[in-house]
Amino acid sequence: MIIYTYDGTFEGFLTCIFETYNRKNFPVDICSRTGEQKHLFAQKFDVQSDAAKADRVWKGIQNKLTERNNQLVFYAFLSEENGIEMKIYRFLRRLFSEHFSIETDFGDADVLYLTQTSQKVKKEAMRMLQFVRFQHTKEGLWFCGIEPRYDVLPLVSTHFQKRFADQKWLLYDLKRNYGFLFDKVKLEEVVISSKEFSTITGQVNENVLQEGEEFYQKLWKSYFKHINIQERKNLKLQRQHMPRRFWKYLPEMLILN
Amino acid sequence: MKNEDVQFKLSVLADAAKYDVSCASSGSSRKNATKGIGNGVACGICHSFTEDGRCVSLFKILMTNHCIYDCAYCINRRTNDRQRATLTVEEIVDLTIGFYRRNYIEGLFLSSGVIKSPDFTMERIVQVAKKLRLEENYNGYIHLKAIPGASQELIHEAGLWADRLSVNIEIPTEMHLKRLAPEKDYKGILLPMNQIKNAILISKEEQKKYRKAPRFAPAGQSTQLIIGATPETDRQIILLSSGLYKTQNLKRVYFSGYLPVNLYDQRLPAFNRPPLVRENRLYQSDWLMRFYKYKAEEILSEDQPFLDLDIDPKLGFALRNMQQFPVDINRADYEMILRVPGIGVQSAQKIVMARRHRKLNSLHLQKIGIVMKRAKYFITCNELPASTTDWAPERLKRKLIAESVSKNKKLSDTQLSFFTDYKPALPPMH
Ligand code: SF4
Repeated sequence: MIIYTYDGTFEGFLTCIFETYNRKNFPVDICSRTGEQKHLFAQKFDVQSDAAKADRVWKGIQNKLTERNNQLVFYAFLSEENGIEMKIYRFLRRLFSEHFSIETDFGDADVLYLTQTSQKVKKEAMRMLQFVRFQHTKEGLWFCGIEPRYDVLPLVSTHFQKRFADQKWLLYDLKRNYGFLFDKVKLEEVVISSKEFSTITGQVNENVLQEGEEFYQKLWKSYFKHINIQERKNLKLQRQHMPRRFWKYLPEMLILN
Repeated sequence: MKNEDVQFKLSVLADAAKYDVSCASSGSSRKNATKGIGNGVACGICHSFTEDGRCVSLFKILMTNHCIYDCAYCINRRTNDRQRATLTVEEIVDLTIGFYRRNYIEGLFLSSGVIKSPDFTMERIVQVAKKLRLEENYNGYIHLKAIPGASQELIHEAGLWADRLSVNIEIPTEMHLKRLAPEKDYKGILLPMNQIKNAILISKEEQKKYRKAPRFAPAGQSTQLIIGATPETDRQIILLSSGLYKTQNLKRVYFSGYLPVNLYDQRLPAFNRPPLVRENRLYQSDWLMRFYKYKAEEILSEDQPFLDLDIDPKLGFALRNMQQFPVDINRADYEMILRVPGIGVQSAQKIVMARRHRKLNSLHLQKIGIVMKRAKYFITCNELPASTTDWAPERLKRKLIAESVSKNKKLSDTQLSFFTDYKPALPPMH
C-alpha cells in the first residue's frame, strides 16, 4: 500500500512511473502533491521531478505506440481529470508488458477512456485555435486571456507561433495563471504578476488598448451581424458549435450597442 | 480607411455576400514560409458561428453589390432597388489583415457583383489577392470567385494567388438557368471551371517534378447549387453533383436552400421559408458519397426521385436493403459497418481496430459511441442479434421516426442539427 506523490507536472508524473519500476513497489495511487489529500494514513513516497528519468519513460512509451497515437498519454494527462494518473499507470503497465500494441483495444476500459479523454483534450485545443481573440495594446502586444477547460495551451502555442510569426503576442490561461509569450523570435512560458486585464473575461483595460482596436471590434461585430441569415435562425446549433462558456471572450458575442 | 464609410460598406456587402454558403478554409497547408502573417491548416478552422448556426471561417465579402446582370434568384440583380456599395482594394486588404491578426478569421473569401465587365471585376479581385500576398506578406487562406466571362489570363493569375477558386452553377439544369438568368449559360460557367481543373492538374504534375513549381489553387475548386428555386428533383441534383466531383474534380459542391429574395418575380416559387430539411438531406447524401463510399445511384433510384424528408438517406438505404443486414460487427468489412445506421466514420474505425483484440459485445459498442437505439436493428455481435424481433421495414421506419420525434419534440424544422451521425473522422492535430 504505497502512494506516490509528485509536483503535478507531466515530467514529475513520468518520474513516478520510473520510480515504481525502479523500486518494484507498485502504487495504489499516484497523486499531485498540491491536490487534495485523499489518503491520510497511507504510506507515501514523494517523487522529485527528474528530466532524465522522465525521458527514459517517455522513450519507452514512444517505442510501444504507433506514430498516430504517440501523444495519447500526454493528451490524456492534460485533461487533469480526477484519477487520470492511475488510469494512465494501468495502461502503461499493460503497454510495457504485452507483446502486441494495445492502443486500439477499445474493449478495454482504460484504453477506451484514455482515447476518449485525449480526444476531448484535442477538441478543447481545437477550440483555442477557433476562439482565441487577440486585442492590440498600446505597446504593440497582441493579447488574449482565455480559460480552457483542460490545460491545452502547450498544445496550441506552436500553431500561433507559426501563424503570427511577425506579431508579438501573449496567450494567457486565466485559470491556471500562466501563458505563452512570443516576441517574434522565441516562445516563452510566463507568469504575469501585474495584470492589466480582467482575470475573468481577459478584457484588456481600456487605457492600455491600442487606438483602432475598438474600431476593429466594432467592424467585426457589424460584419458578424450582417453575415447572419435571419430566416435560418438556429440558436441551438450555434450553441452546440460555440459553447456559451466561450462567449465572454468573443467580441462578436458581446451585446451590440 | 475612413471609418464610418467603411463600416457602412462592410454591412451592406456582408449582407449581400451571405447567400454564398461556402465558407470552408480546408485543403490548404500553405506554410508561413516568408515569416509574415498567416498559414493554412489542412482541416480548416471555424472561428465563430452566427445565429443561424453557420460557421464563420473566412471573411466572406463582396467587393461590390452593383451588378450589370439581372439573375432572378439574386438579391443583387440590377433591377432591385437597394443600397449599393463598393469596397476599394486597399479597404478589403486592410479589413482582412485587421481581422486575421485578431484571429477572427481563417482568411478571405472574395466574390463580387459584376461591374462594367467581367474582366474589369476580375482584375480587381485578383489585385486584392496579389496585394495580400506580395505587400502584406500574407500566407493565410484566400478563396476567390472566378467571374464567368473573365479572360483566361486573369483566371490563371487568380489561381496563382488563391488557395481555392469557385464558379457557381447556381441552377442545376441549363434550361432553368436560362429561364431565370437569360444572360447566362452553362458554357460560360463550365469554361472557367474546366480551365481551373486543368491548371490544377498541370500544377500538381509539375510539383512532382520540381518542388518549387508554382502552385495553382492548391485547395481545389468548389461550386454552389441553389435548391428549390427551380423544379429539379433530388436525383437530378445528386447525379449532377456526383458528376461534378468526378469530371471536374471538385472539392465541394455546396447546396443553398433558396431564400425568397425577390418575391415579386413570377418565375420563382412563392414560399417564404428556405427548404432547410431538403437542403440538409442533400448534404447528408453528399456526405454519404464522399465519406461513406455510397454511389449516387444507391442513394436514389430512378423510381424514387426525391429524398425522404422524414429519415436520413443512410437509414433510407438500410430500410430499402434489409437483405444486406444484419451486419456482423465482429466480422463484416469496414465498408459494411459504415453502412449501419447509428455508426459514424470514427466509430466504424474504432470497431475494426478493436475487434482484432477481442470479440465485441453490445456493451463495448455502446461505450465506443455507437447509437445503439438505432444500430441494434441492423447488427449482430458475438453471433447474437442485437434486436430480438424481426422488423418489417415500414414498421421499423415508423418506430425510429417516432423515437426521434419524441426526442426532438420542441424543435421546428429549422432546428436541424447537421450531420449528427455524419461527422468525418477527426482531423489530426498540428
Ligand atoms: S451575376 Fe451574380 S451578382 Fe449579378 S445578378 Fe447574377 S448572381 Fe447576382
